[in-house]
Amino acid sequence: MMQTLLDVENLWVKFPTRQGVFDAVRGVSFTLGKERLGIVGESGSGKSMTGRAILRLIRPPGIVEADHVKLDGVDLLRKSEKDMRAVRGQRISMVMQDPKFSLNPVMTIGAQIIEAYRLHNSASKTDAHTKAVEMLEAVSIRNPERVMRAYPHEMSGGMGQRIMIAMMLIPNPEILIADEPTSALDVSVQRQVLDIMDKLVKERGMGLIFISHDLNLVADFCDRVLIMYAGRIVEVCDADKLHEAKHPYTQGLLNSLPRLDAPRDRLEVLKRDPEWSKAQSVSGRV
Amino acid sequence: MAEQTLRAWLLTDTPSSRRHAKLSALYQGWLSFRSNTMAMVGLGILIALMLIAAAAPLLSPHDPFVQDLGNRLAPLGTEGHILGTDSLGRDILSRLIYGARITLYIVALVALIAPVVGLLVGTVSGYVGGWVDIVLMRITDIFLAFPRLVLALAFVAALGAGIENAVIAISLTAWPPYARIARAETLTIRSSDYISAIQLQGAGGFRIITKHIWPLCISSLIVRVTLDMAGIILAAAGLGFLGLGAQPPSPEWGAMISEGRRFILDHWWVATMPGLAIFTVSLAFNLLGDGLRDVLDPKAGE
Amino acid sequence: MALSEENRKGRDRASLPPWVKTTALTMGSIAVTMLGLLFVTFIIGRVMPIDPVLAIVGERASQSTYDAVYLELGLDKPLVVQFAYYIWDVLHLDFGTSLLNARPVSEDIARVFPATLELATLGIIIGVVIGVPLGVIAAVRKGSWTDQVARVVALVGYSMPIFWLGLMGLLIFYGILGWVGGPGRVGIFYVDVVPSVTGLILVDAALDGNWDVFKNAFSHIILPASLLGYFSLAYISRMTRSFMLEQLSAEYITTARVKGMSEWDVVWKHAFKNIRVQLVTVIALSYAGLLEGSVLTEIIFSWPGIGSYITTALLSADMNAVLGGTVVVGLIFILLNIFSDLLYKVFDPRAK
Repeated sequence: MMQTLLDVENLWVKFPTRQGVFDAVRGVSFTLGKERLGIVGESGSGKSMTGRAILRLIRPPGIVEADHVKLDGVDLLRKSEKDMRAVRGQRISMVMQDPKFSLNPVMTIGAQIIEAYRLHNSASKTDAHTKAVEMLEAVSIRNPERVMRAYPHEMSGGMGQRIMIAMMLIPNPEILIADEPTSALDVSVQRQVLDIMDKLVKERGMGLIFISHDLNLVADFCDRVLIMYAGRIVEVCDADKLHEAKHPYTQGLLNSLPRLDAPRDRLEVLKRDPEWSKAQSVSGRV
Repeated sequence: MAEQTLRAWLLTDTPSSRRHAKLSALYQGWLSFRSNTMAMVGLGILIALMLIAAAAPLLSPHDPFVQDLGNRLAPLGTEGHILGTDSLGRDILSRLIYGARITLYIVALVALIAPVVGLLVGTVSGYVGGWVDIVLMRITDIFLAFPRLVLALAFVAALGAGIENAVIAISLTAWPPYARIARAETLTIRSSDYISAIQLQGAGGFRIITKHIWPLCISSLIVRVTLDMAGIILAAAGLGFLGLGAQPPSPEWGAMISEGRRFILDHWWVATMPGLAIFTVSLAFNLLGDGLRDVLDPKAGE
Repeated sequence: MALSEENRKGRDRASLPPWVKTTALTMGSIAVTMLGLLFVTFIIGRVMPIDPVLAIVGERASQSTYDAVYLELGLDKPLVVQFAYYIWDVLHLDFGTSLLNARPVSEDIARVFPATLELATLGIIIGVVIGVPLGVIAAVRKGSWTDQVARVVALVGYSMPIFWLGLMGLLIFYGILGWVGGPGRVGIFYVDVVPSVTGLILVDAALDGNWDVFKNAFSHIILPASLLGYFSLAYISRMTRSFMLEQLSAEYITTARVKGMSEWDVVWKHAFKNIRVQLVTVIALSYAGLLEGSVLTEIIFSWPGIGSYITTALLSADMNAVLGGTVVVGLIFILLNIFSDLLYKVFDPRAK
């Protein structure tokens, strides 16, 4: 039995609107061990919200409710905001979609990485600097000293995302949430960034939640996959058995992708059954 | 029943004609505008102001110009003079009511002159381009870089004090922002495909500017003009206060404050009442402008 | 071959760094704008009045005075030459002599300007110290009652006639409550007590160590300065709010939160850092606006600054003084505009 890092039970994310309460995430349960867990779904399926809700990053008026969100047996939802800050970055971290927007444009890259480290480690500036340079080397940045002095807009997308990974891993967290980490990148560098992330996650024995809309990528990269639709988990399966998925939504998604080994004249259009969004969420617990 | 069908006709997703679509869009804009309480308050105040100005002779209890030196500086609530009288015994309420006419007159004139000048300069500059654009925009920049009130003061100094000259001076300082807006709009419209299509059909520059570019600049200009109205009223009142706008005995609000200033410590209401009037009207324009911006130009608000 | 090509390019770039071009462009635009300013004042002063000589000498002047002024103004020469003379004079800070006191206008302006500077500076300090935090809080707590209050404060500021609010302030705080000094820069017993070093009474009194004068001067300046402060506050707080809202919804803010940063640091170290340059632009513009906006305030508070000077000159048809004052205020206005532009280019890493 794999050691459980994160245990989410019955997670809801709600947004009160003028037309009543909108449920972005509806009763999602899953566990995460030292594995690569993929969450797949279309935009608006609640996959990003799930990631952010774990870190309690949903801003008011949004509401996060759950029976529990346990990290090593301690419920994160019961922590004070101050205690929660000790969790963010240090124990659970997150890499976002586009480094163009997720790095502060008016701070040097060095300052941002050093800041991430010093928030959780009482290190001198020189030590933090050394540490940051090491981390940049670990994500295969050439000439890290120069990059430390550079501003984000001077970096390419692939470099930016590697810098982002370095920054998020420097406090040595136990869990990394990667929210569409390669969607904004050129196809040519996607694989490289994924490999670097994969290597670091493995080396450090971390748990990874990999959020993506790209079924093939997730099937390829993860160990286990949750498929979300309309705020619910509709199916859970091992990544290598994804193509045997039973839920009509997953099948529909798979059938709407072009395949080289089975070319077709016309791709299927996904037909949605309103019943899917009414059904209970499937548990992703192990 | 008939009303119900009219509503349905206006809210349709499938308009049957261009006019139908236009009316429908207008109605939907109105619906969203109506839900903005503050903007409706602003609109209400302005409509009331117009009615008051139109019906001034009927509403005002006294002749605004008739002096009554025996009854000068009467306090608030005096019999027959609810808002008291000024230093020459004239009824303040009546003067305020007649003053609404002057305020509306100034606002209407500036609102006619400045945006039209700006629209002309901006669209020509944007459409013709080249050195015309450079020269016109340089001139616009120069006027933009000017301190507005001081420039208006200098103009009035040269032209002589008076209400028309005040209007000209304010207009001269108010047009550059409109030119900027109109130019920016023109530049985006000019490069669009349908303009090329009209050009291919043989339409000349004049026709394209007046028939196709102007109508599209109007909505952003209206928003800007409404938001600027408050500033125009304040500038006009300021000129009046300095004795450079409307001349006595004209019941212009700024000039009334100036008169009342001498008695501010002992007879505070003489200067206070016209100030409240100015404040109310410019507040109304600001509220209305905010509401209009939300409807016509949602991107500009937050 | 490829290498030498590369080298040459490198040298070309070294010989003409981009800031040279930027500076040249900026200087050019300053020159053109100032020329435009002078052209407009020239038109106002020399062309628009039906008879510029009459505007100066008045209707009762003798023919010989009239002729003397006519020649002095160079009105016998073509307009272009007149304009060239005018520019020449202004470049030498010669705005002619005042009709009222026969002194050079430039001397008068140098004498009255510190009063305006002192007032506007204190005003902008009040506006920034209150307006910026108010705008930040309104953005951070969007929709809260603080935000509503900030909105009303700004709306009232946009809608209020400044001269009327000044009168009401005088009535309440001076007339009724007696908390502040009345009109003027200092009370009658404190005039010319401290030596004028900078022309700013608060500074002069502090330098002299005369705290009585300082207190009195402060009680006189605080009301008009608060008034100007309020009007700049309305603008500054609104702009701060919208800049901050834009930044707070940016993704790098989420990054900062993910790092485990406190909300205070997220707001001030990350979001605020990104609006500083924009904010300085806004502050520079409202400072320029205050130098001008002080015209009406100075009248209300009998403040002997450039606004009072221009207005008094205006009412006595002293055209040289009016135009001199206009040119000076205009020049400061333009310089502040350009200064804020430059700041943008220097301090935003993306602008390089």
